[in-house]
Amino acid sequence: MVNVNSATLAGAEPSDSREREKTGGEGTRRDFLLLAATAVGAVGAGLAAWPFISSMRPAADTLAEATLEVDLSPIETGQAITVVWRKKPVFIRHRTADEIQKAESQNVAELRDPQPDSERVKKPEWLVMIGICTHLGCIPLGQQPNDPTGNYGGWFCPCHGSHYDESGRIRQGPAPRNLAIPQYEFIDDTTIRLG
Amino acid sequence: MTAHNPASPPFRNPVIRWVDYRLPVFTFMRDHLGDYQTPKNLSYMWNFGSLAGIALVVMILTGIFLAMHYQPNVNGAFASVERIMRDVNYGWLIRYLHMNGASMFFLVVYLHTFRGLYYGSYKAPREVLWMLGVLILFTMMPTAFLGYVLVWGQQSFWAATVITSMVTAVPFVGEPIVEWLWGGFAVDNPTLNRFFALHYLMPFVIVGIIAIHLWALHMHRSNNPTGVEPKGPEDTIAFHPYFTVKDLLGVAAFLIVYLGFVFFAPNFFTEPDNYIPADPLVTPHQIVPEWYLLPFYTVLRAIPHKLTGVIAMVAAIAILFLMPWLDRSPVKSARFRPLYRMFFWIFLLDCLILGYLGAQTAEEPYVTAGQIATFYYFAHFLIIVPAVSRFEKTKPVPESISVDVAAREGRRPRRGVGTKKKEEVA
Repeated sequence: MVNVNSATLAGAEPSDSREREKTGGEGTRRDFLLLAATAVGAVGAGLAAWPFISSMRPAADTLAEATLEVDLSPIETGQAITVVWRKKPVFIRHRTADEIQKAESQNVAELRDPQPDSERVKKPEWLVMIGICTHLGCIPLGQQPNDPTGNYGGWFCPCHGSHYDESGRIRQGPAPRNLAIPQYEFIDDTTIRLG
Repeated sequence: MTAHNPASPPFRNPVIRWVDYRLPVFTFMRDHLGDYQTPKNLSYMWNFGSLAGIALVVMILTGIFLAMHYQPNVNGAFASVERIMRDVNYGWLIRYLHMNGASMFFLVVYLHTFRGLYYGSYKAPREVLWMLGVLILFTMMPTAFLGYVLVWGQQSFWAATVITSMVTAVPFVGEPIVEWLWGGFAVDNPTLNRFFALHYLMPFVIVGIIAIHLWALHMHRSNNPTGVEPKGPEDTIAFHPYFTVKDLLGVAAFLIVYLGFVFFAPNFFTEPDNYIPADPLVTPHQIVPEWYLLPFYTVLRAIPHKLTGVIAMVAAIAILFLMPWLDRSPVKSARFRPLYRMFFWIFLLDCLILGYLGAQTAEEPYVTAGQIATFYYFAHFLIIVPAVSRFEKTKPVPESISVDVAAREGRRPRRGVGTKKKEEVA
């Protein structure tokens, strides 16, 4: 009681520095308590913040819609469809032998984002890509028969003029990377599961 | 808002000095949180102001995160709340924090208010401080009600219908006003939309009133258990670290109670009916407001006349505004007012009885009991308090806070010690 009161009346700091002198510049017990309390408080605040941060992540019902099965059997050679997966357009193209040959024979070394065609497909006749331009998020043209396909026979982004080839690789324009390949697998010969 | 200690040393950190010269936030924080001189004898009853502030911050924070997932539409509101409970990460936690936080907010505010009534904190020169506090309480009630409606369960919908229908008690223009409030001919989607907008707005109005409440508080500083104003440096201590630490301990105790409800009895304060989606064609068997509105609900039901009942209910809160003028006793603290103290406890009991009766069905003997309790409630303010303050023989008031503290500890007052020590340090 006496200690507290004298510290009070003289102001906490001078009494603290006197104590510090006594311990030869080492920390006082008060320093230790302050540091320990602050550390516990900081950890507590961090733990309390986590549920709030986490609540902004995709919720369980959103995640539940995160896989999609697509039946490929109705898609004829040379045709393409666009499906929506995780609110994004996914381009699925049944490539012709000619397109496969062109995509595979391309010299990888001269590409902006070097990637052989074999890394971009699971079966050469099926090209599955996320149809979002890697420049600034527009949807490239090339899915419809009358669409422009760009200078490399694949897709052309109308926003800022990026050209993609038969494998969806960036060939010309501002986009830095090839069209992304989503996570998917063949669950039988003509069905894929995205996600 | 002048600095208490003009001789405060300059800040050592040059960046802080630079900013402070241009915008004295650091000086402000030091004068109002750090060196702020506070009566040294404040008891734990003085924790509830800061707790109320913390409760409001928790409500705003959890509310903002709930609003990120909530849909204010009659077709989606109930389902979106259930989605928050089931699908949103930690949504159950955030909603239970918000739901029980409302009860905790009222709990600490009521304790804060009764503390003020006991220790005469409403008396000169703190009348405006007190009235701002009553205004905050007044603002909290519609805010809580609006939030309760948003869930769009059966209790929500019928509470909205009943409360807004009170406006129809107003002669002549009641009907047009209630249709204006509803934005239609019944509580419906437009009502829900505006309730959401207003429920989001009101807490920030409360924040504004609190800022003025604190301004008024710092004008004449806290009252204290003796009700005697500080007379010198020996009567006060710096807010930091003494009351920051004491307030933090209070926060820890508060969180134990609050989180106890959140984790172990999250639906303790709610009606199960509110987990049934709103149905405009079926009224639940009993409509019960949240516990913190029950005493006023009893006042409403006690009077068998529509308009008078509504007026009495509003008056039950508004009468607190008049407390500084109803109580003319020059002595603040009930510690030295034996008669007032006794009536204070009877009044508190009466409030609890009013609350209990509000949860009962509207039948005998509860109706008569409610009328008696309501009569006593108003009699306390209008008859007992003025009479007591006039005829009461008060006990001697201590000369100063220090003298009282020393007497309670059985030692001689430590007078003038503060000034001596300060010279020594300098």
